Parts: sequence; structure tokens; C-alpha cells
Amino acid sequence: MMRYHVLHTVKLCPSFLEVDGRRVAEAGGETSFLTDLYRRLGLDYPKFFKMDILSKVGFLASEFLLEQEGSERFVPRDDRAVLLYNRYSSMHADQVFQETIAHPEDFFPKPSVFVYTLPNIVTGEIAIRNKYHGESNFILLPEYSEQAINQAIECAFLALGTTSLLTGWLEALSENDYNASLSLLNTNQ
Amino acid sequence: MITPIGFTVEENFAAVMSGHSALRRYEGLWGMPFPFVGSLLPDDELEKAFAEKTDDGRLPVRECTRFEKVTLLAAVEAVRHSGIDPQSPRVIFILSSTKGNVVLLENGEPDLERVTPAHTAQMVADYFHNPNLPLTVSNACISGLCAQIEAYRCLVSGHYDVAVVIGSDVLSPFIVAGFQSLKALSDEPCRPFSANRKGLNLGEASAAVVYANGDGEGWRMLGGVVRNDANHISGPSRTGEGSFRALQVAMAESKLKANDLACLNVHGTATLYNDEMESIAIGRAGLAEVPVNALKGYYGHTLGAAGILETLLTMRALDDGQVPATRGFDTLGVSVPLSVSSENRVVSKKAFVKLLSGFGGCNAAAAFTNDSCR
Repeated sequence: MMRYHVLHTVKLCPSFLEVDGRRVAEAGGETSFLTDLYRRLGLDYPKFFKMDILSKVGFLASEFLLEQEGSERFVPRDDRAVLLYNRYSSMHADQVFQETIAHPEDFFPKPSVFVYTLPNIVTGEIAIRNKYHGESNFILLPEYSEQAINQAIECAFLALGTTSLLTGWLEALSENDYNASLSLLNTNQ
Repeated sequence: MITPIGFTVEENFAAVMSGHSALRRYEGLWGMPFPFVGSLLPDDELEKAFAEKTDDGRLPVRECTRFEKVTLLAAVEAVRHSGIDPQSPRVIFILSSTKGNVVLLENGEPDLERVTPAHTAQMVADYFHNPNLPLTVSNACISGLCAQIEAYRCLVSGHYDVAVVIGSDVLSPFIVAGFQSLKALSDEPCRPFSANRKGLNLGEASAAVVYANGDGEGWRMLGGVVRNDANHISGPSRTGEGSFRALQVAMAESKLKANDLACLNVHGTATLYNDEMESIAIGRAGLAEVPVNALKGYYGHTLGAAGILETLLTMRALDDGQVPATRGFDTLGVSVPLSVSSENRVVSKKAFVKLLSGFGGCNAAAAFTNDSCR
């Protein structure tokens, strides 16, 4: 059986952010918590503001996770896969897009919304940001299941060339209802 | 295999080899403000087959949606043909879908739980009294191949002995309006790899395949992998980065050489950028000599079903010693000189590579063989 170890973890929900089990930020300001966190990272990444809620939450959680790693970032690599799971797919973006086509008198489908109506777009956003050419995948489960996730992780490490995994549960139903629990895993050398 | 041109593999195979296409023009369908060319499943035949082949006593809802019906139908057929025991804890169900029951969002107060494809996957597992939590791969247009690669790894890992993989998507205003807004749709039947190609057509289908551990006869996956372009969320890489890398790894893992391949069955959506990107990736991977074909001219782009539908049709055609024509192809219009043909081609080799790419920058390649010596 494939052995791996956990390098870092991040947990992000509307009330707090935890990195490696330590509370590093809490919601409470006038502005959106996600925007606060973006500013706290000191990023100049305007694409962030075009993202849907699923991608924003996944992107921020991945940034706090990778910040912990300390090694040089943004070097193209194939050996790190991005594998995320949830239950409701891209539900929020789907609802927003549906609204743009719901009324015949106001039929105006927006391509910038449509592209986010797939759950795996966030894996692409993380891959683009970090120059990850490795595997990327999104798996939907009917319910949260530690067992199913552990099996999916083992399967991901069976891929030729994958030695590291950015993985976890990522659900975002609205600006006030989201939950990211991501980990960075490496195979044991 | 449930498609607008056949409800069995044999019907589909015969239709494809005789050049029959399911694509037609739809005007005013669903009150859409523009016409589009696509392939839709015939409702009456679908109803009839569903009533005949499924046992409604085992269904949790009185009225299944079209998506649920085609998904269940394909699963029922695959389970019946394979003779497996679907109740076994050594069996896992894997669904591939991009948009599932998204059409339900049109209702005023939709049942959000039922909208997600994970719910349909559970419905299928429950129908067969299977005890395991089903997986749903939702990785854009590569989902169908990605789900087969996941199945392969589920077996290699030793967690399961059998994986039933079903790929399904049905069309709705949501999907058609979305692709139209991206200006990706052609207003005529698509022309993969042709100089005058104008875009893709969308199609509906469901296809299922059963993978099992063992040294038995028949088709086997030799390896498969996903790679990301890390370039753009909705546009293919100009260097074919992800597809090139996926092809390279799939070839290495399978230990096949270009010479061993009967064909590359590629995505070939007939958008300007996709087909050009694929030609560059294939050229970089040193596979430009291998016969290339694409099946979108028969079915359109069937989204989550495409990876399974196209893989199965390629297997069936190679069993017959043929590579199906790329319907709609005329003059090559990509920068790398690929071997594409508008005619069915006779071959004797028994291995191929399936290639797909999708939004989110994802690309998948997998190698298959029916040569027992490998």
C-alpha cells in the first residue's frame, strides 16, 4: 500500500481560517472575509476577483497551504496533482448562470459565468497559479466519507509521476456557506 | 450504449461504419432564441426502453428525469452483459458527468440534492443494491476517460475487483446557451480537423463499461494519466502542453511504441483551437504518423459520455479491423500533418490511445490493447 505523509493542512469556513491546526484569522470586518484574506496574502492577482465562489475559496485555501511549504514556488512541475471533492459540484455558479437564461425577455448567458459551471475549474485555477502540469481531477461524493477520500488519495498516488498531492474537501454554496479542508501530502521517499 | 443512433453497441457500430450521423438542426427547441445543430435522444424510444428494461419497483422516485433514465439504462445493459454480481462489496460504481440533472434548476424551488450528479450515482448504486459509496468524476470534457482511469486504479489498488463506469450527459438550455455564449458552436454539422471547421455540436448519450481484475481475454487498459495545461481555464494551450505530456506518460506507462498503435482516437471537437492544439501535442509526442480519428461528426460532443462512448466504439471497430472515418473531415486544416481520413480504414493492429481535453486545462490520455501478448 502507498504510504504518504501530511505536510500541511488548511481549514477555511466563513468564520475562521486555520493553518496546521492554528487559528490564523477570524471573520468580523466590514468587508467580505474572503476579500480580507486575499488582502492579507498581499497578492496582486486580479483574476481572483473574476472567480466564482468555489474557485475563490479553493484558491485562497491553497495559497495559505502552499505558503507554509517555504520552498520555491511557481516552478513548473508534473509531480504534484490537484484532487478535490465535494457533494454539490459547482452549484452556486450553476444557479447564477441559470438566472441569466431564465427569462426569455432577458436572455443573456454570460460566458464569464458559464466557464465556472464546472467543479474542476478551481483545480485549473490552482494549476495555473502554481504552474502545476500534473494531474487535476474533481470527484463528487453523495456524502462526506473519510474512507472514500482515503481510497481516492491512494488511487491518485498510483499515477505514474505523482509524488505529491494537493487534496481535500471543497464545498461552496454561497458567500456565507463554504468549507475548505485541504491538505498537502507527499509520498514517503 | 444509449445514443440517438442506437441503443446497443452493435447498432451504434453499424451506424458509424455506414457513415450515419445523429446530428440535425434544431430550431426553436425549448424556446431557444437561436437554432443549433446537435444530437438529441429520441424521447419515445427512451421511454419504451426504460419501461422494458428497468424494474420500477427498485426505483426510489416515481418519475425519473431523462438524465437518470439514460444513466440507469446504460448501467442496466452493462451489468447484464458482463454477468457481474452488482451487489458485491468488491464492485464499485463510477459515474462520469459534467452537468447531471442541471435542467432541474429551471424549477422554481429545485431539489438541489437531486441536481448534483452524485445523487444520480447513488441512485444507480442503490438500484443494484451495491453497498459502496459511488464516485462521480466531474472533470469537464475529459470526465469519461478520467473515470475509466479512476476505475483502473480502483482495481490496481486492490480495493475492488470490478468497476462499473457510466458516462452520461443530456442537453438543456443551460448547456446549449453556455456553449453558444462561448461562441463554440457551429451552425452546421462539425468538421473535425478540416480547414473550414467552424466549431462544435453538442450531443446526448450514455455509455457504460465494466472493468475487472484478471488476465482474461479482451480489451485492457495499459495505462492512463491526466495532465494540466496550467495555462487558461477555458482555452487550450497553444503548445498542447497538457495533451502532449499526457500522451508521453500514457505511452511510457503502456510500453507501446507509435508503431504498435492502430489509431489515436482524439477529442476532435472541430473548434479552431482544440483541433490545432491536439495536432501540436500529437506532433510533439512523436505520434503524427499514427492514423488519427474523431467521432464528433456522428454524435457531436457528448460531454461526460464522450470518453466512454468513443473508447468503446474504437474497441468495437478495431475488433473488426477498422478505424472509423472522421465524419465531416475534408481538407486538413491544422499545422501538424496528421493522418486523418474521411474513409473507414482497414488496420490489423490491436492497440490505440484515447485522448481528450477539457475546460480547467485538463487533458487525459490512456492506452488500450486487445493483444493478449502484451
